[in-house]
Amino acid sequence: MSAPANAPANAPAAASGAPGNNAAPAGTPGRRRDLRSTLGVVIVAGFALIALVGPLLVGDPTAYVGAPLEPPSAAHWFGTTGQGQDVLAQTVVGARTTLLVGAIVGFLVVLVGAIVGAAAAFFGGVVDAVLSLVVNVSLVMPGLPLIVVIAAFLPPGPVTMAVVLALTGWPWHARVVRAQVASLRRRDFVAAATVSGEPAWRIVVVELLPNLAALLGSSFIGATLYAVGAQVGLEFLGLGDLNAVTWGTNLYWATNDSALLTGSWWTFVPTGLGVATLGFGLALLGFALDERANPRLAASTGTGPGPQPTPVRRRALD
Amino acid sequence: MSGLLRRMGLYAIAAWFALTLNFLLPRMMPGDPAQALFARFQGRLEPAALEALTVTLGVSTAPLGEQYLTYLGQLVRGELGISLVYFPSPVSEVIAGGLGWTLFLAGGALVVAFTLGSALGALAAWRRGGWLDTIAPPLLSFLGAFPYFWLAMAAVWLLGFQLGWFPVRHAYGPEVNPGFTLAFAASAVRHALLPGATMVLASLGGWVLTMRNAMMGVLDDEPIRFAQARGLPPARVFFHYGVRNALLPSLTSFGMAFGFVLSGALLTEIVFAYPGQGYLLLQAVRGQDYPLLQGLFLTITLAVLAANALVDVVVVLLDPRTRG
Repeated sequence: MSAPANAPANAPAAASGAPGNNAAPAGTPGRRRDLRSTLGVVIVAGFALIALVGPLLVGDPTAYVGAPLEPPSAAHWFGTTGQGQDVLAQTVVGARTTLLVGAIVGFLVVLVGAIVGAAAAFFGGVVDAVLSLVVNVSLVMPGLPLIVVIAAFLPPGPVTMAVVLALTGWPWHARVVRAQVASLRRRDFVAAATVSGEPAWRIVVVELLPNLAALLGSSFIGATLYAVGAQVGLEFLGLGDLNAVTWGTNLYWATNDSALLTGSWWTFVPTGLGVATLGFGLALLGFALDERANPRLAASTGTGPGPQPTPVRRRALD
Repeated sequence: MSGLLRRMGLYAIAAWFALTLNFLLPRMMPGDPAQALFARFQGRLEPAALEALTVTLGVSTAPLGEQYLTYLGQLVRGELGISLVYFPSPVSEVIAGGLGWTLFLAGGALVVAFTLGSALGALAAWRRGGWLDTIAPPLLSFLGAFPYFWLAMAAVWLLGFQLGWFPVRHAYGPEVNPGFTLAFAASAVRHALLPGATMVLASLGGWVLTMRNAMMGVLDDEPIRFAQARGLPPARVFFHYGVRNALLPSLTSFGMAFGFVLSGALLTEIVFAYPGQGYLLLQAVRGQDYPLLQGLFLTITLAVLAANALVDVVVVLLDPRTRG
């Protein structure tokens, strides 16, 4: 199957995470790339740290600690919610849930995508045709309505969330992995391994997998980004577990407690900045990994369109 | 041509998949959703409505195949069941009422983002390494990392409530009546400005990057150098030789982007209480109005597929290379 003319490789949402792209101004491309990837690592590691140890440092996010909708003060750095809960605690604890679900979904998405994509490329023929058809059909379906309708029919909770997002997120990664494996399969070293009688599993694990590592890594980053965005969007709609403290439910309660009407910006600004900063950091990190996966990306500085970065389908819905 | 046919086949299969999923979902639901719903609506709904609900949710003793045929027949006649939240209006009527607003908002935002983003991208590529090229991509990527609806919340708070520059709720003011009057149109545009602007802001970066990359490729081509060597005015080289050719990749993703923007519009509408599909979606989720939810899913999915198909046809008409 050749890529259809309308491949979403150029979909605007796909490219928007790649600042100062492959055609960086000549001169200091190397330094700029380093800066970008360092910034990405710092941001993501910072959030991981907050998610890991932060909840130990702040109080119970669901406890009623003050008057409703208090502006930031010394006692409550980020103010209080419409129900008198501490916004800082909610933001920090929300980061943990959201990041955890995001990472798990990201892993599942890449796992399913890699298995399907590798199977399609490896077996070829009918298997490839069928799997590719499934992938292409899934890709032209708009994300949010599909996710909402499935999530609405299942009992709310983190497991539902993970399952729904994994179900709807994998096709893009299957396509990327399929293309990569298909190209690797034709290389000489794979032919050599086949001729020397190596079993199929060994070819996959020893010969192919190491060459896929960077691609899978950047796919994982992209999938996590998608999962965080989708999760926040779904929970904002009220399709998550409303008793849990996550970034999505924080925003849900902020709207429900009419934070906007009362001008209580502190109830939604910290969470939103968290989502955006994490998203930006993940995008930078994914881009750095992309360049490692595809050195030609790094080498091309403004001579023609050159190879595109691995398109990461992000923000299917928010 | 065969490529186009294959794409159309793909859309047909996707549409069929959506229809079938819509049919199967309530029937695969764990537990008995219909019973739970009946219990909830007992006494509040008339027997006729309960019956309609029964059909929509697939509580039927008929064999699955027969139910499927009945369901397809209903779809062909445009029957999507009865809405529970807006009882006793049929779902199709409820959706039709909001569809215009969503298409107006999302379509407008898409066209503005496409035009503005492609222009910025083309200019960034034209002056490669210039200030626009340096500042715009990272800044827009950062803005693009915000969820649409969060940008909307921030805009409502800052520009709506704090500064009072824009109306922050609904699609038109209470002082005008819907109709083909200038006052109504002005009010509708004024109400769409802020939600539209947040959507444009969030999606602009993608268009800038796509156009910038495509334009860079085109600008390095021989025809451009030849045109410059012939002494053509830069504006003519820019538009006639550059933009015209570089626009195709952006155009190709237009249909796909329609899906993204429509999805974003759903959540943005909720923030602005804008009476389109997103607002209906929220009502459906809150009220567990499954018929309305399913109807929305079908309408939006089919709209996106149709837009994709249309764009594919347009691209084939515009680009001879795709006719092979």
